Amino acid sequence: MIFKTATEMADALSKKDISSVELTQAHLDRIAAVDGDVKAFLHVDSEGALAQAAAVDADRASGKAMSPLAGVPLALKDVLAQKGVPTTAGSKILQGWKPPYDSTVVAKLKDAGVVILGKTNMDEFAMGSSTENSGYGPTFNPWDLTRTPGGSSGGSSAAVASFEAPLAIGSDTGGSIRQPAALTGIVGVRPTYGAVSRYGLIAYSSSLDQAGPFGRTVLDTALLHEAIAGHDAHDATSINAAVPAVVAAAKDGNVKGMKIGVIKQLQGEGYQKGVQTRFTESLDLLASLGAEIVEVDCPSFEYALAAYYLIAPSECSSNLARFDAMRYGLRTGDEGGASAEAVMAATRDAGFGREVKRRIILGTYALSSGYYDAYYGSAQKIRTLIIQDYAKAFAVADVLVSPTAPTTAYKIGEKIDDPMAMYLGDVATIPVNLAGICGMSLPAGLAEEDNLPVGFQIMAPAMQDQRLYQAGAALEAALTSKWGGALITKAPALQGRPSALPTMSKGGAK
Amino acid sequence: MSTLSRDEVAKLAGLARIEMTEEELVNLSSQFGMILDAVARVQEVNLEGVKATSHPQPIENIARPDVVQASLTPAQALSGAPAQEEQRFRVPQILGEE
Repeated sequence: MIFKTATEMADALSKKDISSVELTQAHLDRIAAVDGDVKAFLHVDSEGALAQAAAVDADRASGKAMSPLAGVPLALKDVLAQKGVPTTAGSKILQGWKPPYDSTVVAKLKDAGVVILGKTNMDEFAMGSSTENSGYGPTFNPWDLTRTPGGSSGGSSAAVASFEAPLAIGSDTGGSIRQPAALTGIVGVRPTYGAVSRYGLIAYSSSLDQAGPFGRTVLDTALLHEAIAGHDAHDATSINAAVPAVVAAAKDGNVKGMKIGVIKQLQGEGYQKGVQTRFTESLDLLASLGAEIVEVDCPSFEYALAAYYLIAPSECSSNLARFDAMRYGLRTGDEGGASAEAVMAATRDAGFGREVKRRIILGTYALSSGYYDAYYGSAQKIRTLIIQDYAKAFAVADVLVSPTAPTTAYKIGEKIDDPMAMYLGDVATIPVNLAGICGMSLPAGLAEEDNLPVGFQIMAPAMQDQRLYQAGAALEAALTSKWGGALITKAPALQGRPSALPTMSKGGAK
Repeated sequence: MSTLSRDEVAKLAGLARIEMTEEELVNLSSQFGMILDAVARVQEVNLEGVKATSHPQPIENIARPDVVQASLTPAQALSGAPAQEEQRFRVPQILGEE
C-alpha cells in the first residue's frame, strides 16, 4: 500500500479497505526500515500520528463527512510550527523547542484529517540547496545515497521519494520545493505568494517565503495544495480570494491550444546535457498534445540570482534577530553577570551554522548605511524588471517553462565549500520567487549520463496555479505512458538499515 | 575584485550580535570578495527611473477589527523560555554594573 499514490490510498480508506491506523503504521514501519539510510526525518511522532489516525478512523466509522485526504499520512518540513512537537527549522538554536501553537498549514492539515508522521530535515532556516546546512546532518537522496536530495526541503522530498510518506509539505523561498522535487524525481509546487498562509512558518525571507505541497503525482500534489491553501486573517499578506481549482485542472490535464513559452535565458549554456535533452523532449511531447510552443525573452533574469542573494540575506538578517536567547530557544554564556548583549552574541555563535552566519553578515552589509542604495536598493529595482519581464512573457503565453535545475543531484560534499557554485543551482527557480508567482517541478525522466531524475519547471501568473496542474497533468500522462509507469518506480530499491528512531521519537532531534 | 577585510567582518558580526572566532572571521573575509562580486552585478543594469519592489503584492497595510481574540496563556508563552521568574522571562543584565 505504501507504494500507491495518495489518491489511491484515500480511495482505499474511503472504501474501508484499509484503516488509517494500518496505513500510518505501514509508513512508520517503512521509516523505521529505511530512514537510517535516508535520514529524511528529524523527529518521528509515532504516537501523535497513530492517535490522529485512530481519530480519523473513528470519525469515518461514525459516518461523518470526510475530507478527500482524511487518513492519508504526510511528512512535514521542520520549518512549520506544530503544537507540542519539536520544531527546529534545522537549527541548533531551536533544539528542543516545542511550539505552543499550530501554524495555519498544520491546523488545516489536522482539520482535513491528514496524518502528520513527523518533521523533516532541512537546510538551517531553509538557507541552502542540499540539506547539508542542517544543524543535524544531511539527508541522502534515495536514488543514490551518496548524493543530495536537494534543498532546502530535502527531507520532505526524500521522504516522498523513498515511500516513507505519500505527501509532504515544504517551503520555497528561492526554489526549495521545486529543486528538491526535481532532484528526487517527484512533483513539487510553490503556490502563488500569499496563497498559503505563512502564519507559523519560521521566517527566512518574508517577501519570498511560501509553503507548498510535494507528491508523487500531479493529482496527489493538487489535493494537498487545495487542503492547505486559502485566506488566513493571521497572515496580513494572505490573498483574500478563492483557491484556484487545482484539483479539477489536474484531473482535466488538457493542453490543447495552450500557449507554452520557453524562456530563452533559462536553458542552454550551463545546463547539463541530459537535463537539456529531457527538457526538449518534454516540450516536443507537449507540442504533440496540441500545445503551441513559443519562445520568450526575459533579459533581466540574468540578474535574478544577484538580486536574490541581496534581498533574501537582507530580510534574513532582520528576521533572525528574533533569535536573541531571551524568550525561547538556546541560551549560552548566561553566567558570571554576563550582559544580555554578550549572552546574545555567544548564543548566536553557538546556535547558528556557517551558512546562516554568512547570510546574516551579507544582509547586514547590504543594509548598512553607505551600501544600502547600491546593493539592496538596486536589487529591489531588478525585482521590478523581473516582474515586467514576466508580464510581457505572460502576455503571449499561458504558462512558461524551463528545466527546474541546471544539473541532476550532485554528491554530498561536492559544493559545500563553494557557496557560489551552490547558489548557481537556484538560477532557474529564483525568478518565480522574486515575482511572487507560482511554479511546479515534475519529473521529465532520467539524464542519460548519470541515470538521475531531471525536473521540468512550469510557471504561471499569480493566482493562476491551476494552469500548472493543467499542463503538468498533461505532460505527466504522456511521459508515464511513454515510460510504461511512473518514473519513481524506476528508483533503486532501498536496502534498509534500522534507523535510530526510538531515541529520536523520545528526545527529539539529535 | 571586491574585498571585505577581517576587521570589517568583525564589525558586521558585532552589529549582527554574533560572536565569531578568529578562524570564522578570516574565512568569511576570504569568501566575501567572490560573493560581493557576484551580487554587485545588480549595479551593471541601468536602473534610472525604475521603481523599487519591496513586496510582490500590491497590498496596503491591513488591520484587523479591534476585537479581543484568544491568545497564549502566560504558561504557554513561557513554555520555551531559557529562564523564567515570577511568570516573566528572566534575562541577563541589560544595564552596566553601576
